[in-house]
Amino acid sequence: MKSLLAPGHRGCAGCCDAMAAKFTLMAAGEDCIVVSPTGCLEVMTTPYPESAWEVPWIHSLFENTAAVASGIEAGLNALGKKKNTKVIAIGGDGATIDIGVRSISGAFERGHDFTYVCMDNEAYMNTGVQRSGATPYDASTTTSPAGRASFGNPRPKKNMPAIMAAHGSPYVATTSVAYPKDAIKKVRRAIETEGPTYVQIHAPCPTGWRFDSSKTVEVGRLAVETALWPMYEMVDGKIEAVKKIKNRKSVEEYLKMQGRFKHLFKKEGGDAEIKKIQEIADANAKQLGLDM
Amino acid sequence: MTAQEVDKKKMVVVEGSYAVAHSVKICKPNVISAYPITPQTHIVENLSQFIADGEMPDCEYHNVESEFSALSALVGASAVGARTYSATTSQGLELMHEVLFNVSGMRLPIVMTIINRAVSAPINIWNDHQDSISQRDTGWIQLYAEDTQEAADMTAQAHKIAEDKDVLLPVMICMDGYILSHVYEPVVLLEQDLVDEYLPGYAPVFVLDPKNPMTFGAFAAPSTYTEFRYLQEQAMGVALKKIEDAANKFNEIFGRYYGGLIDEYETEDAEIIIMAMGSIIGTIKDVIDARRSKGEKIGLLKVRSFRPFPVEATRKALKNAKVIVTLDKNISIGLNEGALCTETKACLHNTNIDAPVIGYTVGLGGRDIPIHTIENIIDQAKEVMSSGITVESQFTDLREDLI
Repeated sequence: MKSLLAPGHRGCAGCCDAMAAKFTLMAAGEDCIVVSPTGCLEVMTTPYPESAWEVPWIHSLFENTAAVASGIEAGLNALGKKKNTKVIAIGGDGATIDIGVRSISGAFERGHDFTYVCMDNEAYMNTGVQRSGATPYDASTTTSPAGRASFGNPRPKKNMPAIMAAHGSPYVATTSVAYPKDAIKKVRRAIETEGPTYVQIHAPCPTGWRFDSSKTVEVGRLAVETALWPMYEMVDGKIEAVKKIKNRKSVEEYLKMQGRFKHLFKKEGGDAEIKKIQEIADANAKQLGLDM
Repeated sequence: MTAQEVDKKKMVVVEGSYAVAHSVKICKPNVISAYPITPQTHIVENLSQFIADGEMPDCEYHNVESEFSALSALVGASAVGARTYSATTSQGLELMHEVLFNVSGMRLPIVMTIINRAVSAPINIWNDHQDSISQRDTGWIQLYAEDTQEAADMTAQAHKIAEDKDVLLPVMICMDGYILSHVYEPVVLLEQDLVDEYLPGYAPVFVLDPKNPMTFGAFAAPSTYTEFRYLQEQAMGVALKKIEDAANKFNEIFGRYYGGLIDEYETEDAEIIIMAMGSIIGTIKDVIDARRSKGEKIGLLKVRSFRPFPVEATRKALKNAKVIVTLDKNISIGLNEGALCTETKACLHNTNIDAPVIGYTVGLGGRDIPIHTIENIIDQAKEVMSSGITVESQFTDLREDLI
């Protein structure tokens, strides 16, 4: 498979966005138009006059990606140019789950034929690791720092896949950059499904999560193996397939690899917090039947 | 028969919003995306009916969830080469603010009708120009219509100007809320054959196309950013001529003309020249006719293009004036004057024209501007002519009982 994201872009070593974008393009092939919001991916791939995109690509604003994608689809239809061309949005969790929610909600409700890929690295990385609605419980970010009176982010992750499924999307899936075959397969299925489809790719960010840049895949796999990031497919709103876990690992293994959870192992009361995070993983496993 | 006589035979009595919606249809946009807001609603309702009746078979019309997305969707549509249109007003236009810069920066020739309305707070649905004037620096061409016929005709002109390869800038067609959008008066509805002759199909050079991949909306560092703004400014300079050309060509084909960048009424020997934009022009002309019959040398300079601002044309029209009066349906709070006042003073500075400029803030939030208000302003201008300027800019017809 040819990579349509050219090398030489400014992504960090171990960059999760580069992996997510590359896998998405591998799934899409050349006959597509891609929209990205403001964010790491946009900044690192398009310093004018350079571009890493070997497919047509547009960046408009931070919060309007889905609307722009819907306009592209409408324009292609009106001009009789849609044919097999796929319209794909690729954005980060902040652009998707926080500031872009109105736009994505509208575009899905209108039923445009496009695929929205959310690269979920669980915070605003481009601006220096501030919390987003996708930041997990107790993660320390620059705007939800751990401190004498805080264990970090006080809220659990927003369940965006459920929100998108509730829009009547025919295909919603979760996957991870740590599982390239799974990611490519699901993005391809999303693209091939007519109507507005959504894929959320878990994307460990070495810079923001504070782990060694050689460990992106390892951390990503642990998120899945602990059930903190369950991988599943929803067809017409119903869970159709889940990735089962053999010998589910304790969340501690996942947390201890990352600087953003370091405080949980140092601070008094950290044990109780880790227990709460384990309960989140247990609830995921139970709800989705993840344990083999 | 003269053009006017031909027009009279073709005229139908319709609402201003219908006349504009009809023009939109005849200009054959590929994508319309809009969100309803008073008093723009009649335009989008009429367009929706055209779509429902199959009268716009090649157009995709999308009712989106906000004005922000209305314009954002057109960014995508325009970037794949579609002719695009939307309409909004007031709060909706303010919500689009961020997208407005994005559209002009990417040089996407989107056309929008702005039904001018006051902005909140206090909330008010009636006419003034605060909404569009507040978008002055977003890089959009802004044209102001005097009546419904001009607003309808301007729609075709706007597409022609915007899509010109040497311009490639978005255009706002500004028309006064209710006063024009909801008034029924006789107009000639644009004819398809004439518009087809006037306005060729949109054939963009740069589009998003998998066969020839291009990157739109890249990020520009300090080493390149300035030149993008410079080129937008250059394009605005080109637009000065193209706006005139579009008006002249329209006159050639349709036999109707409202001025290019500006229009002048009785300015040749005028000692006092009143400057204004939009529907107030008609009232001023009536007052001037009455004053002229008494031998008073009053003239009118209608500003049709607020962006690009017609600096040269304004200087030329004002060169022999003794007093210049600007009427603004907007206010820059903290400067106590409207935008036309500020721009006019700025364009006369560093020239040999040293006539005093006196500014009046009028008609905010839909307050009526009766003939006697214009009469009072002219009387004050005469006072300035004889004894000099005392107040540079002021509110008009204030209700002292509320202050």
